[in-house]
Amino acid sequence: MVQLKDQYELFINGQWQAPKAKKYFATINPSDESHLSNIAWATEADVDLAVKSARNAYENVWSKLSGAERGKYLFRIARLMQEKARELAVLETLDGGKPIKESRDIDIPLACNHFFYYAGWADKLQEAFAGQQIESLGVAGQITPWNFPLLMLAWKIAPALACGNTVVLKPAETTSLTALKFAEICQEAGLPAGVVNIITGYGDTGAALVVHPDVNKIAFTGSTAVGKQIQKACIGTDKKLTLELGGKSANIILEDAAIDQAVEGVINAIFYNQGHVCCAGSRLYVQESISAQVIEKLKFRLQSIYVGNPLDKNTDIGAINSKKQLETIEKYISLGREEGAEIYQPACQLPSKGYYCLPTLFTDVAQSARIAQEEIFGPVLAIQTFRTIDEVLQKANNSPYGLAAGVWTDKGARIFGLSSQLRAGVVWANTYNKFDPASPFGGYKESGFGREGGVHGLSAYLKITN
Amino acid sequence: MEILKTYKLYIGGQFPRTESGRSYQIQSASGQAIANACLGSKKDIRNAVQAARKAQASWAAKSAFNRSQIIYRIAEMLETRKGQFIEELVLLGHSNATAVAEVQSSIDRCIYYAGWADKYQALSSSVNPVSSPHFNFSVPEPMGVIGVVACQETALIGLISQILPLIVGGNSVVVIANTTKALCAISFAEVLATSDVPGGVVNILTGEVAEMLPTLAGHMDVNALSLAKIKDHLSRNAQEAAIDNLKRCQLYNLDYFDSKNQGLHFITDFQEIKTTWHPIEQIAGGTAGY
Amino acid sequence: MQPKYTPQELLVRLKSAPPIDQIGTHERISKIQSRSLKGPAKLHGLRLALSMIDLTTLEGKDTPSKVRQLCFKAQHLHGINPDLPKVAAVCVYPTMVGVAKKALENSTIKVAAVSTAFPSGQAPFEVKKLDTLYALEHGADEIDMVISRGHFLAGEYNYVFDEIAAIKALCGSARLKVIFETAELDSLDQVRRISDLAIAAGANFIKTSTGKIQPAATFPVVLTMLGAIKDHFDKTGQMIGMKPAGGISSAKIALQHLLLVKEVLGEAWLTNEWYRFGASSLANDLLMQYQKQLTGKYQSAAYFSID
Repeated sequence: MVQLKDQYELFINGQWQAPKAKKYFATINPSDESHLSNIAWATEADVDLAVKSARNAYENVWSKLSGAERGKYLFRIARLMQEKARELAVLETLDGGKPIKESRDIDIPLACNHFFYYAGWADKLQEAFAGQQIESLGVAGQITPWNFPLLMLAWKIAPALACGNTVVLKPAETTSLTALKFAEICQEAGLPAGVVNIITGYGDTGAALVVHPDVNKIAFTGSTAVGKQIQKACIGTDKKLTLELGGKSANIILEDAAIDQAVEGVINAIFYNQGHVCCAGSRLYVQESISAQVIEKLKFRLQSIYVGNPLDKNTDIGAINSKKQLETIEKYISLGREEGAEIYQPACQLPSKGYYCLPTLFTDVAQSARIAQEEIFGPVLAIQTFRTIDEVLQKANNSPYGLAAGVWTDKGARIFGLSSQLRAGVVWANTYNKFDPASPFGGYKESGFGREGGVHGLSAYLKITN
Repeated sequence: MEILKTYKLYIGGQFPRTESGRSYQIQSASGQAIANACLGSKKDIRNAVQAARKAQASWAAKSAFNRSQIIYRIAEMLETRKGQFIEELVLLGHSNATAVAEVQSSIDRCIYYAGWADKYQALSSSVNPVSSPHFNFSVPEPMGVIGVVACQETALIGLISQILPLIVGGNSVVVIANTTKALCAISFAEVLATSDVPGGVVNILTGEVAEMLPTLAGHMDVNALSLAKIKDHLSRNAQEAAIDNLKRCQLYNLDYFDSKNQGLHFITDFQEIKTTWHPIEQIAGGTAGY
Repeated sequence: MQPKYTPQELLVRLKSAPPIDQIGTHERISKIQSRSLKGPAKLHGLRLALSMIDLTTLEGKDTPSKVRQLCFKAQHLHGINPDLPKVAAVCVYPTMVGVAKKALENSTIKVAAVSTAFPSGQAPFEVKKLDTLYALEHGADEIDMVISRGHFLAGEYNYVFDEIAAIKALCGSARLKVIFETAELDSLDQVRRISDLAIAAGANFIKTSTGKIQPAATFPVVLTMLGAIKDHFDKTGQMIGMKPAGGISSAKIALQHLLLVKEVLGEAWLTNEWYRFGASSLANDLLMQYQKQLTGKYQSAAYFSID
């Protein structure tokens, strides 16, 4: 199916280089805890080398190319990704645990398309910022998470390169494989050495990248706690920063919603990707007059959700990404019980090996409950009722987060009314968890700042002056 | 015998004294005392943020056209009181010619930003061509309450250049004015008060940056900061305090006399982008049209 | 058991209440309001105020679900500070008492029910009796009744007295709070008169307002009522509780209440056994002020769950 190396080195300056400290760490398949490969652990010296290569490539090669030329490289990369789609999908599933039908039908195509999309911007940047003076920034340091490894890599690298920057990217330690495969693709595409550098490692590797003095821009997707540390580290430097952090998004069903579609939307909102989604609709607000009905339907729908081997095409919920994450989720499930909410989980046999979690509903939850406030990042839904739109709007916005929100109602004016009042960077009306390279994505408040995707995603990677 | 004016704070559309009961002297270029201004305190900041939060939602809910009208009015009121501002600038040590130029530029800048009120949206929003059958659009929205440390070098043009793009964009602001040249800031507050700008949209405090900024920067109900050039350690501490609720921080070190230091991105620096999706029903027999 | 009075005796009693000077009252209040609470004393005051809240939902649109969410909030005021005191009680309509009782079964928080055709009190006595019995049957620990303001303003003091006494007789071990709806009364003298009357009739607590109209618990009214409580204690040694309700929206005001109580009545009243705040949004303001004291930073409502 896929060719896995026993050991992966760092990808610096267009070549595979051993880490200076000669340290490696294992990456495993969370679906059965089997060993996949050994990954290089980059230390400060490697980070420095990578940044130097990126700087060199920026000064001497990449910034000298026309936008059109840069665009062609991006097209080439996109095309190669498409051609290797199958392999990338399987790798993503093996390394991260997500169902194959999701990596195959969503992650990989979206990742390819993201490169296609930004390829086309590379020579049109001035038109996107008419009347303003724009410049590329230089070297971008990027840190990606484990929930959508290749897709998040695409969200970071494509716009950075299109705007004329070079990149040093550190993927999450539990999911490095598709990033490393991407490095091979860069080689195959003939991308000039040093334009993209992939340095694998743990949080310390990322930290070294963030504080490196010759990095002009930091882009981070991950937890709010780490995001704040990064914001602190950038103070006093000239580094531009964008953050894409956590969320506890409200998904709202009004009594006039298309109920069956709304139920499906709720399932999609919280169980897609095992709930490992920053914009997951993890707080359900259902209008009290239809709540009994909706909850019954949700429980019934849970019966047809298959949890199991991610490589099985029928699997809906795959493996939880790591033991650590599973422990976190289980902690919140216990907390929910302690807090007195009513729990529902379908009867389902979970595999004996690997990290798995049943889709879980908590009903009769209150706004003050911790399971309704804190991000769980798993297939756990906290359900609350509301009586009036006024009330649900207040409660939806009553959160330090502001990443996404869902609205289910059949009334047009109400859709616009609600979506304009919800303090969230993405509002899905009568749908949920939809992504597209042309659509800007990002949060309000503690969910982060800056946007990825669409024309708005360009400003993160340019210096704009008048 | 003249009755010297008392320069008070501007909070919630009113001119209260500082709750701390303290004042400091504004001096002319030659060291003469010209006026007493309030020495703003932490509690004044607290009250100002409260007023700003209260006013913000309805300010943002006004039509863009309505906001543009109000900001044009600011320009008109500024024009009417040109003499007062020129006099104050001269007292502060500027030559008459420079003072006239600064006031004129300030008026021009007001007019410039007034014109943006109902246009920046069109240039910073988009309908995004997604591949699935969804209507997808992105619009800018104000960040909310913005803490501002006004330019500490200029008395008027910097203040205006920093505040206007923020309020044009539907934000409300709490401003720590130029400490030593606070006269124009408070006179500008009088202009705001007579320009139909709703109380609380702009709040101006005078006093020491070092005293007030930490409270402003640490306030959990302030969404972003606009910092002009101040002492490094003050700026640093403010940016650190800002992290708790992930305030968006913009640092500006600009010569506001330069006409290139006005523009769209000063507005969009304090806008959030919201993207909305909605399904488009596929209507059977859809060959109508082309 | 309260002594019964003949109409003449009652009138004599009521006439012996001192007149209240409005301006003097205001001056006493200004002195209280100029006191300053800082540091540990402020933290203590905020915690005390939290413990005195009757967390209230009295909306026509209340549902069991809403009440359950409120009861959860009552038990979990602020997730990151789990060692905060619990509120004293939740206050709901009689139809919601059963729901609240169940939701609070594992806590010591009491369930107070408004009754007697709250808020207007404009209903036949039989209805008021049923209202009260219903609440008691479903487990209410406290009854918040309203007086018949119309009868009071018409000078029918015996009627008002008898009504209070009759509801008290139904209460058994449940404590009775008597709501005056002071916004509908004419003067502080009347507030004093109704306070004396209600205490004589058997009130365990006297309460300013229903919270449905403004002005509600203003300081002059509260001070006047505290005066009645103090005089009664001096004469009989019996403590009566006080509940200001409505319009106490900020921690600052709540703390001033505590200062007033301390200076007018004394420390013995500074527990939720004898002092309650009828409020809904006060809790979050107290929490925000508390958090500000701990961190030095002013807070944002987005960080405090609403219910």
